[in-house]
Amino acid sequence: MPLGLLKYGLSSEHPAPRFFRDCTEPKKSYDAVIIGGGGHGLAAAYYLAKDYGITNVAVLEKGYIGGGNTGRNTTIVRSNYLTPEGVNFYDASVKIYEDLSEELDLNLFYSTRGHFTLAHTESAMRTMRWRAEVNKHVGVESYVVGPEEISKACPQLDISCSGQAPILGALYHAPGSVARHDAVAWGYAKEADRMGVEIFQMTEVTGIDTKGGKVVGVNTSKGYISTNRVLSAVAGFTPRITEMVDLQTPIVIHPLQACVSEPMKPWLDTILVSGSLHVYVSQSSRGELVMGSSLDPYEFHSTRSSLDFVEGLTTHITDMFPFLSNVKVVRQWGGMADITPDFAPIMGKTPLEGFYLDAGWGTWGFKATPISGKTMAETIAKDMAPDLIKSFRLSRFEDYELTGEKGAASVGH
Amino acid sequence: MKLLECPINGIRPISEFTYGGEYRNMPNPDTCSDSEWAAYVHYRNGAPGLKKEWWYHTPSGTWFIAERNTMTDKVNRTYLLGQEEAK
Ligand SMILES: Cc1cc2nc3c(=O)[nH]c(=O)nc-3n(C[C@H](O)[C@H](O)[C@H](O)COP(=O)(O)OP(=O)(O)OC[C@H]3O[C@@H](n4cnc5c(N)ncnc54)[C@H](O)[C@@H]3O)c2cc1C
Repeated sequence: MPLGLLKYGLSSEHPAPRFFRDCTEPKKSYDAVIIGGGGHGLAAAYYLAKDYGITNVAVLEKGYIGGGNTGRNTTIVRSNYLTPEGVNFYDASVKIYEDLSEELDLNLFYSTRGHFTLAHTESAMRTMRWRAEVNKHVGVESYVVGPEEISKACPQLDISCSGQAPILGALYHAPGSVARHDAVAWGYAKEADRMGVEIFQMTEVTGIDTKGGKVVGVNTSKGYISTNRVLSAVAGFTPRITEMVDLQTPIVIHPLQACVSEPMKPWLDTILVSGSLHVYVSQSSRGELVMGSSLDPYEFHSTRSSLDFVEGLTTHITDMFPFLSNVKVVRQWGGMADITPDFAPIMGKTPLEGFYLDAGWGTWGFKATPISGKTMAETIAKDMAPDLIKSFRLSRFEDYELTGEKGAASVGH
Repeated sequence: MKLLECPINGIRPISEFTYGGEYRNMPNPDTCSDSEWAAYVHYRNGAPGLKKEWWYHTPSGTWFIAERNTMTDKVNRTYLLGQEEAK
C-alpha cells in the first residue's frame, strides 16, 4: 500500500478536489444569465468565456448540475441524420467530442463503438439508403450493410429476431459513440468556473423581467438579478420558461424512459438500434446494458418510471437476444423530453430582444451538447445566429420551413 | 394513470386508449391571418396544467374528451364532445 494512501486513511480530513466554486449569493447583475445547469447551459457558459471572453456570467440551476436530462440519457453520440443541415450540425458536435476529454482535462469515457440502425422492413431499408447517401454527400461515414456484416459485428444477435421481425440490413455509422454523460456537465462546469463563470445550484428562475420588448432581468429564488441577455437551456422545462415571456412554441413534453441490466462481462461492442422494435442498446464501461425505447405515448410532466416500459422493452430485447431472458434489470428512470414536430431543435434568437432559446432537444440532445454550447455562445455574443443553426430557428414554423428529422431521430436518439 | 373511463364503455385499461392531443379551437381559415394559421398548425400549449384533451377508445372507435392534469396525471372527468353537461 502506498504511504500516501495510509496517511490519507489515518487523517480525519479528506479534502476532495472541488470541480467548481460553491457560489451561494448571486451578484446584482451579470452580462449574461443562463437558465439551466445541464450540459447545454454549462457548455454555452464555457464557450462564452473561452471564445468571446465573456466571463461575467451566471448559470442558474434549480437542482444540481447535470440532474436533468443530461444525467438521464443513454449517451449515444452520432451524426447519421437525414437532412444535410442536421448531418452537418451533429457532425460538428462529434468532432468536438472526439477531443473533448483533452480540452476539458477530464476523462469523459468517450468510446467510439460503431452504430447499427437495424432495418426489418423494405421501407426501413429505403430510409437507411437515403440516410447513407445524405451522410456520404456531407462527408460522414455511413453505409448500408447486410445481415452477414451485422452478424460479424455482433454474433450474439438473433438475425431473425426470434422469427418476429427478421433483420434485412442496417445503416452502419462508424463514428457512433457513447460517453459518460454527467462528466460532460462537470467538465464544462469545471472549466467555465476556472475562467470566472459563477454556477449557482439550488437556484430557480421564477420570472423574466422585460421592458419595451427587451429582457432586463430575472427573478430567482435568490432574489432579482439584472441582465439584458438570458439564455434558456432547460430542456423539459422549456414551456414553463417560454410561458413566462408569452412566447409560443410547438414544444410538448413527453416522458422518455431508460433502464440498465445487471453488469456482465463485455460482450456487446457496438451500439444497436431498432426502430421497428423500439429498442436501442449499448454496453457501458461498467458492463451494464444501457437500454431505451420510444417516448411515453402522451404529454406528462414527470420523471416517474413505469412497469409498462420495462415490460415492452424486455419483450423486444429478448427477441433480439433470447439469452438475455435470464438477466435482471437493476435500475430504471425517466426524463422529460421536449419534443418538436420535426424532431429538430429550436435554437437562436426570439422575438424578445435579449432572450435566446436552446430547446427542443427531445430524445436527441446529448450528442449536440458541445456544438449547441458553441453556437449558442456565438449567438449571444454577436446577437446573431451562425449559419450552422439557421434552419433550427423558431420562426421556421411560421415560415413552414421545417427541418424534417423524424426518420433519423425517433427511437434512434 | 393505469385506467381511464370511456364515456361509452366505462373504466378500461389505459392500453386500450390512444392520446389525441389537446382540444383546440380552429380559427376560421377564411378570415384569420397567415401567422394565426401557422400558430394553429404548429404551436402548442406545452406548459403543465389542467387540460381538455382528445382521447380515443381504440377497440370501440370512440373519440371523447378527458380533462386531465398533465402534472399529476389525474383525470377529473371524461365525456363525449358536446355532452359535457349530460353527466
Ligand atoms: C431517457 C433518455 C435517453 C436519452 N438518450 C439520448 C441519447 O442516447 N443521445 C442523445 O443525444 N440524447 C439523448 N437524450 C436527450 C438528452 O438527454 C437531452 O436532449 C439533453 O441532455 C438536454 O440537455 P440540456 O442541458 O439541454 O437539458 P438538461 O440536462 O435537462 O438541463 C436543464 C436543466 O435546467 C434546470 N432548470 C429547469 N427549469 C429551471 C428554472 N426555472 N431555473 C433554474 N434551472 C432550471 C433543470 O433542473 C435541469 O438541470 C435522452 C433523454 C432521455 C430522457
